[in-house]
Amino acid sequence: MSQETHGPVDSVTGVTTTGHSWDEIQELNNPLPRWWLWTFYASIIWAAAYCVAYPAWPLVSSYTKGVLSWHSREAIETDLADLKSLRAGMTAKLAETPLEQVGQDAELFTFARAQGKAAFGDNCAPCHGAGGAGAKGYPNLNDDDWLWGGNLAQIEQTIRHGARSTSDQGHQGSMPAFGREGMLKRQEISQVADFVRSLSGLPVDQGADLAAGAKIFADNCAACHGDKGQGNQDLGAPNLSDQIWLFGSSKTAIMEGLHNGRGGVMPAWQGRLDDTTIKALTLYVHSLGGGRAE
Amino acid sequence: MADSPLAGHLPSKTVDEADEQPLYVSRKKIYPQAVKGRFRTIKWAVLFVALGIYYFLPFVRWDRGPHAPNQAILVDLANSRFYFFFIEIWPQEVYYITGLLILAALVLFLMNAVAGRIWCGYLCPQTVWTDLFYAVERLIEGDRRERTRRTKEKATLEIFTLKLLKHSIWLLIAWWTGGAWVLYFADAPTLVGQLLTFQAPPIAYIWIGILTFTTYTLAGFMREQVCTYMCPWPRIQAALTDEYALNVTYRYDRGEPRGSMKKNDALKKQGAPAGDCIDCNQCVAVCPTGIDIRDGLQLDCIQCGLCIDACNTVMAKIGRPENLIAYDTEMNVQARIEGRPEVRRVVRPRTLLYAGLIALVGAIMVAALATRHTTDLSVMHDRNPVFVRLSDGAIRNGFTIRVSNKNLEERRYALGVDGLQDARLDIVGGQLDPQGRPMVVVGPDQTLEARVLVTAGDAKHPSSTALRFTLTDIASGETAYANDHFMAP
Ligand code: SF4
Ligand code: SF4
Repeated sequence: MSQETHGPVDSVTGVTTTGHSWDEIQELNNPLPRWWLWTFYASIIWAAAYCVAYPAWPLVSSYTKGVLSWHSREAIETDLADLKSLRAGMTAKLAETPLEQVGQDAELFTFARAQGKAAFGDNCAPCHGAGGAGAKGYPNLNDDDWLWGGNLAQIEQTIRHGARSTSDQGHQGSMPAFGREGMLKRQEISQVADFVRSLSGLPVDQGADLAAGAKIFADNCAACHGDKGQGNQDLGAPNLSDQIWLFGSSKTAIMEGLHNGRGGVMPAWQGRLDDTTIKALTLYVHSLGGGRAE
Repeated sequence: MADSPLAGHLPSKTVDEADEQPLYVSRKKIYPQAVKGRFRTIKWAVLFVALGIYYFLPFVRWDRGPHAPNQAILVDLANSRFYFFFIEIWPQEVYYITGLLILAALVLFLMNAVAGRIWCGYLCPQTVWTDLFYAVERLIEGDRRERTRRTKEKATLEIFTLKLLKHSIWLLIAWWTGGAWVLYFADAPTLVGQLLTFQAPPIAYIWIGILTFTTYTLAGFMREQVCTYMCPWPRIQAALTDEYALNVTYRYDRGEPRGSMKKNDALKKQGAPAGDCIDCNQCVAVCPTGIDIRDGLQLDCIQCGLCIDACNTVMAKIGRPENLIAYDTEMNVQARIEGRPEVRRVVRPRTLLYAGLIALVGAIMVAALATRHTTDLSVMHDRNPVFVRLSDGAIRNGFTIRVSNKNLEERRYALGVDGLQDARLDIVGGQLDPQGRPMVVVGPDQTLEARVLVTAGDAKHPSSTALRFTLTDIASGETAYANDHFMAP
């Protein structure tokens, strides 16, 4: 043992060696540097103190809580509360400013749109896309075509109560399944589809009987979509004479809609989002580009 | 060796011998002696000017008008602005700082090419603060002799009191060093008030604490060890220097063989060679890194020139010419020994190159500053959706614009777009100027983000058309441009 720890004295340095030798290279038995040793002791003390102060050891069904009773969840909650209080002034201002007047205060408007953008990303983007571009069956919120109206109040109503949602204040009305229910025959569906395409200037099949289509339209569709197919926002009936087609403008897509009916669902957000967030969302969606003044 | 021209001139200890120190030595405590002379005076002057600037610069005011701070130098982290007298730097302009760093490096290189580690000896903060701490130490505990004697004495109440006093003053200097630092980051007079009433933000106290600690340990305890062991510059410098760079040099051609005055006088009488160095060790006593310059140029030498002052005093006393130690080159020492003429060349490719680069970088920075725009426009195209078809078939693209107004008053800008014939421009939530152009109003020293819609009729558009946005300050006519594209199906 002593041979191991106190080997022969090294002639160059005058220090004893440990007796270990690797290819005749020997290890000097120098003590650890003092600063290093103290740092090491300090680390041990620190570790022990840490275990006492903070949650550290797993137990069978729980863990040691530590005397400071620090909790990561609480830390997050404090951070969130701090953030809320930081924004409190603007949030309160937004809450009490009527929807139509927010746009007059540039700073408040910017704040509302930023908050609305965040809420949109969390709640609306799954259907309408991150930038509100929509997809087949999910309206593009950047264009100027609105199923249920595009002024601030209408947008707010739609967000609050949804369409064909569980809310009894939500928008109702759907496109009947003319084919499946046997109200129109296949040939009639084809004729009215051609007519509808002609309404927005799309090319129709050769030899299509537009007069017959117009007749069927007047009898079955005009009640909701209007005489000229201009649509009706009270019923959520799309404008059929413009260039925007929620479910596609091909004849097949139109015939499919006529046969099976259509009725996209927008959930009601009241109760899930607070009033100020809905307000911010409304302003954001309205500012995407298609919002109407009236 | 006997017929070498160096015979009789070689230093007593060659550089090789000096190198053969053990690799690990515990620190030798150094008690540098006070010295008077030309270089000491220069060092005092530099110390007062440098510390004076550092400690009091935050209190210098600079009127920038009502919307900006009036502190001459201010790093405003909260609002990401950097103020330097008449210059105000925004975060996207940090390349000025890069330029400054490049300039600093080049100046350091130039200094090195001309006179070695002159930065280390006179300007380096480590040197300046250590010098100050030494001065305090000398004032309280006495010069070299007293301090050496005291370390051998038993601890008495007197010694304890003196030490306590010294450390208190050191801590005070260190604390004020940290205090001055934080003043660069907030309005100095306000912050001083807050600090005194304990109302300042915690981060201020933390930084003062950190800098007090580092100043106290680095200047009070680590001292020359920072220069010899911690600082990379001596290593880099050694690779950059050349034989023309002036270094503090012991002229062994004149000094050797050294010996006591008596011994050398006797030698001279016999007609034997005798040097001017009387081996009094004054040059060693005053050296703040505790080295013997007579061993030749060495890594530990910070080029402070104090040994020159010390030796000159000795030379004056014994009636010999000055500058046995001087700013000189090893090359010239050899030249004199071999009877060749001395070479002094400050203008050489290396110095010309550095000077040229400094001038170039400086010129670029001045030009960049002079042509600095006070309005910035950047445009970002919406990605989702890239374009929208409106109900009448028109195509619309959305953009987010960012307008930075670097002036200190509110400005109104008209926004226009070129490149598309029937384009219509709308700013969401924006206003119109008297001529009906879309307009944005940006507050003083602020950035505004706005959403812009460009709509073009339903004529066939190519899938991508180049657009140019033009932002014009309605009052001054200053214009900023940004390019983007109009996308269509
Ligand atoms: S050798 Fe001379 S110049 Fe170098 S650090 Fe010492 S005193 Fe200063
Ligand atoms: S101070 Fe001058 S004379 Fe004295 S030892 Fe140093 S070099 Fe020699």
